[in-house]
Amino acid sequence: MDRRESLKALAVGSLSVGAILTGCDDKSKVKEDNKKPGGDDADVYGRTPEEKERDKKLKADKYFTDAEMKTITVLTALIIPADEHSGSAADAGVPAFIEFTVKDQPRHQLPLRGGLRWLDVYCLKHYNKPFVDCSKEQQTALLDHIAYPEKATPEFSQGVAFFTLMRNLTATGFYTSELGIKDLGYVGNRPNEWDGVPEDVLKQYGLAYEEKMLPIYLKIEDRGKLMTWED
Amino acid sequence: MALEIKQKGKVYDVCIVGSGAGGGMAAKVLSEAGLKVALLEAGPKYDPADPEQATQLKWPWQSPRRGASTTRPFGDFDAAYGGWEIDGEPYTTKDGTSFDWFRSRMVGGRTNHWGRISLRFGPRDFKHKSVDGHGDDWPISYDDVKPYYDRVDKMIGVFGSKEGIFNEPDGYFLPPPKPRLHELMIKQAGDRLNIPVIPARLSILTRSVNKDRAPCFFCSQCNRGCTVYGDFSSSSCLVKPAMKSGHVDLYTGAMVREVLTDDSGKATGVSYVDKSDLQEYEVKARVVVLAASACESARLLLNSKSPRFSNGLANGSGVVGKYLHDSTGASRGGFIPKLMDRKRYNEDGVGGMHVYIPWWLDNKKLDFARGYHVELGGGMHMPMYGFGFGMERLNGKYGGADGKMKEAGGYGAGLKNDYRRFFGATIGFAGRGECIAREDNYCEIDPSVVDKFGIPVLRFNYTWSEHEINQAKHMQDTFEQLIHEMGGIALGQKAGADTMYGLETPGRIIHEVGTTRMGDDPKRSVVNKFNQAHEVKNLFIVDGGPFVSQADKNPTWTILALSLRASEYIVSELKKQNI
Repeated sequence: MDRRESLKALAVGSLSVGAILTGCDDKSKVKEDNKKPGGDDADVYGRTPEEKERDKKLKADKYFTDAEMKTITVLTALIIPADEHSGSAADAGVPAFIEFTVKDQPRHQLPLRGGLRWLDVYCLKHYNKPFVDCSKEQQTALLDHIAYPEKATPEFSQGVAFFTLMRNLTATGFYTSELGIKDLGYVGNRPNEWDGVPEDVLKQYGLAYEEKMLPIYLKIEDRGKLMTWED
Repeated sequence: MALEIKQKGKVYDVCIVGSGAGGGMAAKVLSEAGLKVALLEAGPKYDPADPEQATQLKWPWQSPRRGASTTRPFGDFDAAYGGWEIDGEPYTTKDGTSFDWFRSRMVGGRTNHWGRISLRFGPRDFKHKSVDGHGDDWPISYDDVKPYYDRVDKMIGVFGSKEGIFNEPDGYFLPPPKPRLHELMIKQAGDRLNIPVIPARLSILTRSVNKDRAPCFFCSQCNRGCTVYGDFSSSSCLVKPAMKSGHVDLYTGAMVREVLTDDSGKATGVSYVDKSDLQEYEVKARVVVLAASACESARLLLNSKSPRFSNGLANGSGVVGKYLHDSTGASRGGFIPKLMDRKRYNEDGVGGMHVYIPWWLDNKKLDFARGYHVELGGGMHMPMYGFGFGMERLNGKYGGADGKMKEAGGYGAGLKNDYRRFFGATIGFAGRGECIAREDNYCEIDPSVVDKFGIPVLRFNYTWSEHEINQAKHMQDTFEQLIHEMGGIALGQKAGADTMYGLETPGRIIHEVGTTRMGDDPKRSVVNKFNQAHEVKNLFIVDGGPFVSQADKNPTWTILALSLRASEYIVSELKKQNI
């Protein structure tokens, strides 16, 4: 989708104007700064003037209603809950990321809005209340029908499609957050001296660097020396 | 305000259009020879070290879209401005064919984000018609270009290893980095399958080649542009030193409209529209060098019509725009169960693969004429938008730590643990092969469409032949063999005949060349063996346009070598007063 088309779609999406996001229930412990998707004015990340303008506009718009945000918050925390290692997706600000993403990629708007409605209608029929007001047992009973694509029965296929998208966006939002990257154990994105696979890892896999290649590979202590060649 | 054409600056010795690999090299060589140079670039200034423009070492959460490719085709942190579509600058296609054209309007052009894969063409690559009867031979041989490759190696820096493979010539290499874990596994599988897996050849400084550029610090982000200039981009390694000479005037936001000529048929400069004030300007020069990219330079020539050059400038042959060819591309991913639950360590490495697979077979025994090389991916990368997508296609395929199979998909603590367990356990293979140049693959001027500056746009016509389709089939078989040999599971469905074996849309590999090809015969080529237009002695083309064939290699190193060679020829011809 080109930019003009996505901006057009965005204008349609922004009809749903509501109050400031308050849809975080007590259990999700959303911190103040996690209500933002990231990339704030203080975060310079190499934008062109046109890109800055677009980011600003997307952030100023609002797509999801407060009620929808509340459901999204509950869902993300069910998909990636807090455990002994780290907090939940809701703790990591994933709902705000999803709100930004549907404005940035409007093709996700309808599937998410419609899917949230599908979820609520199912709960109204079976439990007489919307998803967020259901008990955790009722909520997970429904998720068990839609979270496993290969065993889900046909009457839940729309729910499966919605939940798969929610799981994808939740996982991506969580593991690209500071909290999620720490949880994952990714330790790069900093100046480093790559000197090959650690010895214990080589041993674990029964691998070794070839003897004949060792003189050819970079010796890390040479890294700072200007290269010269013998002709 | 009335529209008028203003002249900009003095009369230059040389006017260069485009600041990518070819234009950057020309600017450096010509300015260092003391010539006064006007360097015109259609986009803005760019310096990867400028804090306002830098994206290196940013975290995904610093982008509200977490690096998604909504505004930049290769993600929010990629250095390339522009992309497949540029607002107000369309292109069209013909007869239901497809061609995707990537344009990067900025100082340094597409060298700002490329893969830094820097392969020399081999002896066979320059004379492939003599080998298999297809396409045409170049008017020059590997021996003609070798001294220039040697100098590019030393000037810019490329790591690699001396392998002594006939058609993969060795160069003056920097030491290569040690392979990563999955790369050692691929090497092991390759050894068993008789597929060579050798150190990659990337223009990244494992050691410095001069005092202006620091060595790589292994953040794996070359495509973001390097703040210490530890990799090659034309902006930091060529344009920057050229500017230091004091002989170069850089015109940014200068969208060149046409090459101007006088009554004698000599080029006198170019006309351009300045994007900042939308006024029309001219730059006059004794020599004009086109380096706007293969297709953009062809467009310029075709749009530079005059009574003398009614078919477009330097196009008496009618060859301008023809013989357009891009590399073939097909890919496949694999999941390697033994890489689950990996120990964590920083394996970012350089910005690309540490090993690769050069072409290794004899085409005489195959049903396609030209080869391909294989690029490898994998490892514990920094998560970006898209990380974790499709877990439901993965976590039902393999048992947990307890050996029990799980139901695919899910939610909750078990799912959260799966993301950790599968981190760094997938690999990818991408084949990049040679497409045979054909007259009927071309770009031409669309008779009815102009861009927002009123410049007629390109219309593409491009199809793959059986040679490329059969080559892609072979790639798919190779990928599967390698994945299985590693004890892995190939992901997704194997691409079949219905999708031309996953062959990418032409243009997609961004190696398009051939539109102003070189040759000794002015009736069948646009430039001579020194990249000089047959019909206009003071007009040169130093981008990928002059390529007769593109080999199964990435074109940049050859563009650099030929631009260096052509630029020195310009200096010597000017001295001899031949132009």
